[in-house]
Amino acid sequence: MKTLFISIKIFLFFTVLTGVIYPLFVTGIAQLTMPAKANGSLILKNNKIIGSELIGQRFDSIIYFTSRPSAISYNPLPSGGSNFGLTNAKLKHSVDSLKNQFIAFNQLDGNTTIPSEMLFASASGLDPHISQKAALLQVDRIARARNISPERKQSIIQCVKTITEAPQFLLLGEERVNVLILNLELDKIDANSNTNTTNK
Amino acid sequence: MTVLDFIQIILFFTLLIGLTPILGNFMYKVFTGSKHFMLPVFGWLERVTYKFSGINPDEETNWKSYTFSLLMFNLIGFIFVFLIQLFQAQLPLNPANLPNVSWHSAFNTSVSFMTNTNWQGYAGETTLSYFVQMIGLAVQNFVSAATGIAVLLALVRGLARKTTDHLGNFWTDLTRSTLYVLLPLSILFAVVLVGQGVVQNFKTYDTVQTIQGATQVIPQGPAASQIAIKQLGTNGGGFFNANSSHPFENPTPFSNFLELLAILLIPAALTYTYGKMVGSTRQGWTIFAAMLILLVVGLSISLYAEYSSNPIFGHLPLMEGKETRFGITNSILWSTSTSAASNGSVNAMHDSLSPLAGMVAMINLMLGEVIFGGVGAGLYGMVIFVILTVFIAGLMVGRSPEYLGKKIQKFEVQMAIIAVLAPNIVILLFAAWASVSSPGLSSLNNAGPHGLSEILYAYSSAAGNNGSAFAGLNANTVFYNLTLGFGMLIGRFGIIVPVLAIAGSMAGKKKTPSSAGTFHTDNWLFIGLLIAVILIVGGLTHFPALSFGPIVEHLQMNNGITF
Repeated sequence: MKTLFISIKIFLFFTVLTGVIYPLFVTGIAQLTMPAKANGSLILKNNKIIGSELIGQRFDSIIYFTSRPSAISYNPLPSGGSNFGLTNAKLKHSVDSLKNQFIAFNQLDGNTTIPSEMLFASASGLDPHISQKAALLQVDRIARARNISPERKQSIIQCVKTITEAPQFLLLGEERVNVLILNLELDKIDANSNTNTTNK
Repeated sequence: MTVLDFIQIILFFTLLIGLTPILGNFMYKVFTGSKHFMLPVFGWLERVTYKFSGINPDEETNWKSYTFSLLMFNLIGFIFVFLIQLFQAQLPLNPANLPNVSWHSAFNTSVSFMTNTNWQGYAGETTLSYFVQMIGLAVQNFVSAATGIAVLLALVRGLARKTTDHLGNFWTDLTRSTLYVLLPLSILFAVVLVGQGVVQNFKTYDTVQTIQGATQVIPQGPAASQIAIKQLGTNGGGFFNANSSHPFENPTPFSNFLELLAILLIPAALTYTYGKMVGSTRQGWTIFAAMLILLVVGLSISLYAEYSSNPIFGHLPLMEGKETRFGITNSILWSTSTSAASNGSVNAMHDSLSPLAGMVAMINLMLGEVIFGGVGAGLYGMVIFVILTVFIAGLMVGRSPEYLGKKIQKFEVQMAIIAVLAPNIVILLFAAWASVSSPGLSSLNNAGPHGLSEILYAYSSAAGNNGSAFAGLNANTVFYNLTLGFGMLIGRFGIIVPVLAIAGSMAGKKKTPSSAGTFHTDNWLFIGLLIAVILIVGGLTHFPALSFGPIVEHLQMNNGITF
């Protein structure tokens, strides 16, 4: 009986300590010192939240950089991947058709090597990044779709390069481009060029 | 692989080896009640814990009372977590208005978190309220890890002491592990993780209008505090369904590196603590070396498999189920570490790994989670194999087996065999049942040999208290929730009770001084023998099953066959 009472009391004690005080303490520090990050690195436009820097969005429009394939179509409730094994015929089929789609959509040469992340679904289904190469392959198509002049196209390429993140501390992880941020910049460039045209 | 890939791997292992004696020495001071730098910070909290709970910290108990306290404490935790899930809709902090959890899922989840498995049949963001995640699961993340450390400490005392029945006090071991080791490290980690972008708030989910005009609901929550202990306590239960591949759970390569280090940090450091406590750090480093060798061999095979081309996809890098920011190397470093360490968190989907990389993860589970293994649990599991090795070596040279000056006799060997067999029985029998019954087969996501791998992985994960999954398997069914739940219980307590019995029996023995004829357990020969015993036991038990799963899948993939 004594053991039972001790068990209950110490369990309650640890529940309050590690289940209430600890998370509240961390929340306090986080909200005081880095509220933007603690709240999901949200991006605001005209005072409205249009997404999170960290959470990928579905982009399939001809005027935007396309994001990675996602087993959940970028709906975060709940997150997840396809969980297909490599010998699953559905995976093979999906990779082949994504490859053809990407080539046709971007009007590329049939022999172009498509970066792997554009053919395979991510683990979380919310991967915000693609490789720089995958972004650059899409520039011509976007320029055509938006009627952007050749010199303006250079600024898009420049923009891709500026937004590309190197491995963290030049050491960890992979080089990558955040698609949402890139597309927001793209809209800005295009808006500027439109204003310029009207001013003429 | 690029130079950068190799540099990251070397950096990881260098830090792991370097931190082992530092943290190990600190834990030695904590667990032996010596002075250490956390005492002025949390010493008062330790005294408050004892006062509130009515514990006499100086009272030591025998192995039976120690076991009884441990089981009672775990039972209370189980009941509590079970009940709050059944009534979460009526409880506070449920901004997403999630309904009550089904009884079988609640059973599975509460067993899972109590046993340090953190297998998840549910998806966090669509199943559990903030209340259940914090008050229920986060607490179990701490105390299940502390329970593992407590069992290890009792075993070490049994080996280090002579002619006594005192194994220490479960409550003080539990309290000190939590207050001085797990809690401070978690606070530190959680804050750094928020700095990288891990969310920590109590907001309702954000509904946003995406640029293309779709609606996206972004889940939120107190994630960082839970992820810190999930990694450090070898728990592995994600706040979100995609676990550490979710950008809110693991946003950057740096957060990935830290979370990866946190998986192995405490289990590795405990080998040093062990050495100090038994009076020879060489004994600790011997075990560390055996673990490290097994880990590096597994890692090499996995990397080789992932970077090889195959007839189905040619030279295409295999990015299915992997995140762009981590790439292949960091995903494989993680899959090998998390399966070795009984952590079970993932940053890539194991179901989509190449067959051999998936098999390495599975073997890590099947070997009994002794390659660093769970916090405390990995090391006490390894000591079981050490006892077996000493026994077998003794038989070979015809000398009565001894470990650390203690005779290994019939009782210890019997208990060791029970501890080795318990998880293996779960894996083979339950997996066999699932592969011939319709409730077992209807949950599969992949056909052919990969389907068998999904089942085999699930029961290996449960029995090894790991918690990672070939997540295509739909395990949130009555059949899987119950069989996996019982599998986790057997895999946890089927080892803990024999280990504590061994501790009790060893404590009562005399110490024989070492002589010229003593078989040494702190040299390369012993490391080789120990690895051989682990591989032979694991290999003989599981090779037939593996050959029908990942091995045949690998061969068929190399012939371009799909299912």
